[in-house]
Amino acid sequence: MNYFKIIFFFFILLNSNELKADNEDLKNQITKNLRCLICQGQSVYDSDSEFANSLKVTVEEKLNDGFSEEQIYLFLKDKYGQWILYDPELNINTYILWLLPILLFLIGGAIIFKSFIFTKK
Amino acid sequence: MLSSTIGYYSLILGLCSSIIIFYFSIINYQDKILDIKIFYFTFFQLFFVIISFLSLVLSFIYSDFSNETVFNNSHTTKPLFYKISGTWGNHEGSLLLWQLVLTLFIFIFLFKSNNQSKQYRILTLLFQEIIIIGFFIFIIKTSNPFNYIFPIPKQGLGLNPILQDPLLAIHPPILYVGYVGSSIIFSSVLAATILNIISRDWASHLKKWILVTWFFLSLGILFGSIWAYYELGWGGFWFWDPVENVSLMPWLTLTALLHCVLVLEKKIVLTSWVVILSIMTFTLSMCGTFLVRSGILNSVHSFANDPERGLYILIFLFSLIFLSIFIFFFFHKQNIKNYSSFFWLSKETSILINNWFMMYFLSVVLIGTIYPIFLEVISSQKISVGPPFYHKLIIPFLFPFLLAMAIGPNLKWIKSNLENKVNLILFFVLSIFVSSFILKNSDQKFLINTFLLSSAFYLFFISIRDLFTKKLKNFSQNIAHFGFSLLILSILLNNIFSTEIIFNLKESESFEYNGNKIIFNEIIQNNQKNYVSIIGNFTIENFDGKIDNFKPELRIYNQPNIVTSEADIKTSFLSDKFMVMNLVQNQEYFNVRYQVKPFMIWIWSSVVLICLGALIGFFKKKNEK
Amino acid sequence: MVFLKKKMRSKFFLFIIILIFIIIFLIFYKGLTNYSIYTPKINIENDIPVFSANIFDSDLQVSSKELFDPKKSYLLNIWSSWCVPCRDEHALLMDLSKDEKVNLIGLNYKDRLNNAKNYLNELGNPYSKILVDETGTIAIEWGAFGVPETFLIYENKVIKKYIGPLNQQFLIEIKSLIK
Repeated sequence: MNYFKIIFFFFILLNSNELKADNEDLKNQITKNLRCLICQGQSVYDSDSEFANSLKVTVEEKLNDGFSEEQIYLFLKDKYGQWILYDPELNINTYILWLLPILLFLIGGAIIFKSFIFTKK
Repeated sequence: MLSSTIGYYSLILGLCSSIIIFYFSIINYQDKILDIKIFYFTFFQLFFVIISFLSLVLSFIYSDFSNETVFNNSHTTKPLFYKISGTWGNHEGSLLLWQLVLTLFIFIFLFKSNNQSKQYRILTLLFQEIIIIGFFIFIIKTSNPFNYIFPIPKQGLGLNPILQDPLLAIHPPILYVGYVGSSIIFSSVLAATILNIISRDWASHLKKWILVTWFFLSLGILFGSIWAYYELGWGGFWFWDPVENVSLMPWLTLTALLHCVLVLEKKIVLTSWVVILSIMTFTLSMCGTFLVRSGILNSVHSFANDPERGLYILIFLFSLIFLSIFIFFFFHKQNIKNYSSFFWLSKETSILINNWFMMYFLSVVLIGTIYPIFLEVISSQKISVGPPFYHKLIIPFLFPFLLAMAIGPNLKWIKSNLENKVNLILFFVLSIFVSSFILKNSDQKFLINTFLLSSAFYLFFISIRDLFTKKLKNFSQNIAHFGFSLLILSILLNNIFSTEIIFNLKESESFEYNGNKIIFNEIIQNNQKNYVSIIGNFTIENFDGKIDNFKPELRIYNQPNIVTSEADIKTSFLSDKFMVMNLVQNQEYFNVRYQVKPFMIWIWSSVVLICLGALIGFFKKKNEK
Repeated sequence: MVFLKKKMRSKFFLFIIILIFIIIFLIFYKGLTNYSIYTPKINIENDIPVFSANIFDSDLQVSSKELFDPKKSYLLNIWSSWCVPCRDEHALLMDLSKDEKVNLIGLNYKDRLNNAKNYLNELGNPYSKILVDETGTIAIEWGAFGVPETFLIYENKVIKKYIGPLNQQFLIEIKSLIK
């Protein structure tokens, strides 16, 4: 039962990749993932501050120049730090962040499963 | 000025009452009857907190700027309603509200627990008093709402227009009844563990308290979301902001606790779950208070940023945690036969699975909220954990969760053969058909959406079927589950079918898309009492011939110097139409955002249904078997 | 024997849980006392960005390579006519413009030509050159948040970054850092 869930989970995860959309959709997608650094808790997409608007133009220009989504994130991370991205990427700093909940889920499942095995006797 | 003095000394008297209660409780512990003096002093304790709270309210109403809290958070031109609600819209005042709920709940508890053992009542009282005394000291020492300032300023500072909203005004009191009310669950469970009186009757008694707290917590979260949707101007209602997460976490544990207690009412199983979840709920509430008030997190709605206060709460919180851990480990009697008393396919198991998933969701939210703090302390790196994280980790697990939620209530206690297998499978197939049909023309992420939508529809259909076939049996459960299915369904459909257009437009220009035409008619400017109002008059000629008129507004306040954007929202049964207009610095055109958001009203209504289920459960008479 | 093992196991769990909570407590405690406002990479020396921009009040374009001589010190100041704190720091900028050791370059941020010209006429022009950033994208190339911001540049690297208006203390610091 546990294995099925793992496989199923990864199946879903792999399918939720960004679709290849046209530039407008991509720009929206990117700016929804960017934190407006001078606002409190708004994405660049939602915000109307000067900073957010400039960033929207920047993203659009970079997309027109041929930058991919990843390259734009890299560019912005270089200027502003990892903090500007809402999606914590999977790197050495964030392994625990992403994997700990899943680990706990599996441990919980194992405990429950084991208690039922014991009672079958 | 007088009211500040009265308020302050009331607090001191309240603290004295608490200490007296503590003393008398310990003395009275071994006696057979509950000392009447304890009742009196619990009443005094509540009375003094009420007086203190009312004094602060009065200070706000009369704009008594000799009071520092009033000075910081109020203004003479504020309407009366908002002067009053300003009382709890700040750190110090909201702590008084905490104290009010804490003292009120223990007072009601003493009266409503006549059928419980006397030692249990005293012990619960003792634990609650520890919390109350802790907060009294915290308030008096670090967050006094009655500080004097001299010379007395003529005008106050607190005129943030965003905070002047009816929903935002009642959101804290309602939320706190739930949030802080979980303290009584915490105290009573610790007492019950020590005395080893965890029984079916006790579960029924606890259940009432859980239902009340859960009802208010759900309602409080709902009001917060509705406010965000109508007021903050970008059409969302949940942002995975730390303060929102902090109210969601106790809700998750409380929901799981509710289900466990429903089981405990029938048989003595899952006792450890009940104890641990009760401890966790209040612990998470306090942890949330810590995160929000200490400045360790930044978010849209942090209160005060004061490390000294944060330190106090941190130590207080962890003392309570260590206390609970010790009590659990040394007093809790494990029921060894716990899991052997039911079969794997049974209602008990489905509750267990429910707990399993809830704890997973809880861990996602908790880790997501706290991890940035940990990372920064350990490695000085700062990262953001935003909506993408929560969506990626929660959404895949919704699918099995919704299925389990549909099947679970249909299982019997102890052992089930899963009758009506054909019936259940048929509904599943129906759900898949309906989802595929709905999603046929939408090209985004077809596979995931179909899975999710099918499971949401499945729960939806099954709960409707249960509502009709089971009639009044388990009515509260059926309504609540139906409400929940409607909630998930509405959120999913809203997400999939919302549309948004963003464009720049000058006066008298128009914008066309998809056969719809948006015309910017004119700007109407006029001066209000404390702001300049700029209203954009728009007409939308929809592709189906319907014509809508929108008037989004910009408000330019001069005190304080901010511009707010008031969206024009047209709510109807099937969808909301949402238009916002924004200034563009230095340009003649405006930035306009127009959204069509289906099923918004169903999202709100479904939460109301869930709360209704709780209410019905609360008033239900216990059936004789 | 089984009973003893069970008791040891639960004592073990208790110990682990207490340990975990102590660690969490310590981390929160440290987090509280560490509290500071986040400013990204404010102390790390970064290369200046590569860009090109229009010159103020003209049709000419200039590239960053042409603008910045690695042997000289520059101060890039982001300003606009609609920015209130910019007025506060303007006097200090006029003061700095008299110093021959540093070259003041202005970046006019999201402004209108006439308003900017009036601003300079009213308060004086401390800049040896002014660049125009109509959309704010050049400011982003510099990693700025908004106006006003000032960058101290030497050897084509950003030595120091000042967010917000300059004050006397910063002025002294700048003067001491200019080689």
